[in-house]
Amino acid sequence: MKADGSLGQRTRRPPVLLVVLGSIGLAMFVVPFVGLLARVPWSDLPAVLASDVVTDALRLSMVTSLMATAIAVVVGIPLAWMMARLDFRGRPLVRGLVTLPLVLPPVVGGAALLFALGRRGLVGESLEQATGLLLPFSTWGVVVANTFVAMPFLVITVEGALRNLDQRYEGAAASLGASRWTVLRRVTLPMIGPSLVAGLVLTWARAFGEFGATITFAGNLQGRTQTLPLAVFVALESDRDTAVALSLVMVVVSLAVLVGLRERWWKAL
Amino acid sequence: MEGALGPGLEADFGLRRGDSFQIDLSLSIPAGRTVALLGPNGAGKSTAVAAIAGLLPIESGRIGLAGITLDHPSADVLIPAEARRIGVVFQDYLLFPHMTVMENVAFGLRSRGVNRNEAMERAGGWLERLDLTGLERRKPPQLSGGQAQRVALARALVIDPDLLLLDEPLAALDVTTRVELRRVLGRHLADFPGPRLVITHDPTEAFLLADEIHIIENGVVTQSGSPDEIRLRPRTPYAADLAGSNLLFGRASHGQVDVGLHLLHVAEHEVEGEVLLTIRPSSISLHRTPPEGSPRNAWETTIAVMERLGERTRIRTGPPLPLTVEVTSEATGALALGVGEAVWLAIKATEIGVEPQGGYTRSV
Repeated sequence: MKADGSLGQRTRRPPVLLVVLGSIGLAMFVVPFVGLLARVPWSDLPAVLASDVVTDALRLSMVTSLMATAIAVVVGIPLAWMMARLDFRGRPLVRGLVTLPLVLPPVVGGAALLFALGRRGLVGESLEQATGLLLPFSTWGVVVANTFVAMPFLVITVEGALRNLDQRYEGAAASLGASRWTVLRRVTLPMIGPSLVAGLVLTWARAFGEFGATITFAGNLQGRTQTLPLAVFVALESDRDTAVALSLVMVVVSLAVLVGLRERWWKAL
Repeated sequence: MEGALGPGLEADFGLRRGDSFQIDLSLSIPAGRTVALLGPNGAGKSTAVAAIAGLLPIESGRIGLAGITLDHPSADVLIPAEARRIGVVFQDYLLFPHMTVMENVAFGLRSRGVNRNEAMERAGGWLERLDLTGLERRKPPQLSGGQAQRVALARALVIDPDLLLLDEPLAALDVTTRVELRRVLGRHLADFPGPRLVITHDPTEAFLLADEIHIIENGVVTQSGSPDEIRLRPRTPYAADLAGSNLLFGRASHGQVDVGLHLLHVAEHEVEGEVLLTIRPSSISLHRTPPEGSPRNAWETTIAVMERLGERTRIRTGPPLPLTVEVTSEATGALALGVGEAVWLAIKATEIGVEPQGGYTRSV
């Protein structure tokens, strides 16, 4: 048997039923985008894309999604490490909590953030008193909402990669004189590199498209908290052309990133 | 073990693994001496490696190296792995797959604060000594088993360690390269001035590389001694099994090997000079009358010792060439064998393993 399991036959017809069903599945992804493309006001597109609403939303989405990804790197990788390497009671609960934002309606997540970090919130009140920082209805609020919803992708991917990593390599590095920090930086993280990048891309993409938690927690103020998805939602009510143009921008940017990184890094998932 | 430490490795420690497994080990290796820790899988060999390398703290006793205490729980001393000067060649080598050969070898120096240029230069020197020039920019997956082993050796030696610790250094190799690399390894072991510890489950490896063998079973050393002592006077069934492998040193010439007082025919005609022969006890046949079909090696001898081990019976034959023979207990009965009786013994030339010994010598 060959490596691909084909038993050596050169021309073997794929099962028809599978191909038909699979094609229907594929159509689920293709048709909506074709529908979107069909509605694009191509001649007016440059003018629509240059409007304040679009450029503000695009810039804000880029900035907040990248910041959320950066925060996920700083605190999410250590969290993944703790979950993979430390043996502590309540680890199943921690894993459940970390995975929760993946399945929870984002609007519920946004409400929870509001109760915790809002002006009268559990943490928000003292945070405002101590630093003057008020998260709801601010750009920082968008970043927090994005991080809350998107970071699980990074944590889960990195945790899995750390679990699969042969820890003997870290022992080998230590025996060669590497400090724990050097081991992490030069051995552990590079060896889980593909998973790390895949997790980062997913995290960024999720943050870039975040809607529910953002609108609940940070509101919908153009230039401050109105990200691309929020702008699409507003424009759908008032200005179909802008909505279509904004949607097109989201699809193109997301697709470019996902396809662009697929060849090199996707295998890790 | 209290008081002053010798210049070599002084390890005497205990450590529990899991609920029931306890390892107790005492090793003393002076500089310039090779000791093998030989035992079956699950005997506690990997645990011993981890304890000495500093990857697993011991629970009792003390490990000292080159006059420095590395681990001494009752005195609350524990030097972490990264601060020990031990060159470890790990099982499967564990070369970092994302680094080049050069980066792998330079890693230990860079981690110890040597600047980049000097690290590269010293790593390059070791690559040259180990015949790895030209492979600097390869990644480990692109190396052959033998090359990977030498890179692992270079990576361990470049930090100028006080102890060379090899964990199953040849197990990852196929049979043909193993013979060649055992010789190369023996040469490099001999060049290393400090104490050397080889962990292995392969008796041939231990017998050929070590000056002294400790047999470890279920976490404790069951027998220690020179290879010859173990071979001639095994004290446990496991050691007897190893010893039973009929290891013979001799001199080969044109398909015949002079093993002293006797000449054996072997299938290998290319090898000349010092060789180690291995004959499995079960590959030797016993007969009451001169064997038919004229096997190349057949002679008449007497039964010196007979020992029944369940289904099998182990027999030690007398002069001219004492060998261990294993036959089924059924056959023993059928042949009506007994101590002192005369038997014919036959060995096919193809059943004799021949290992060249050139490149390094060991007192036989």
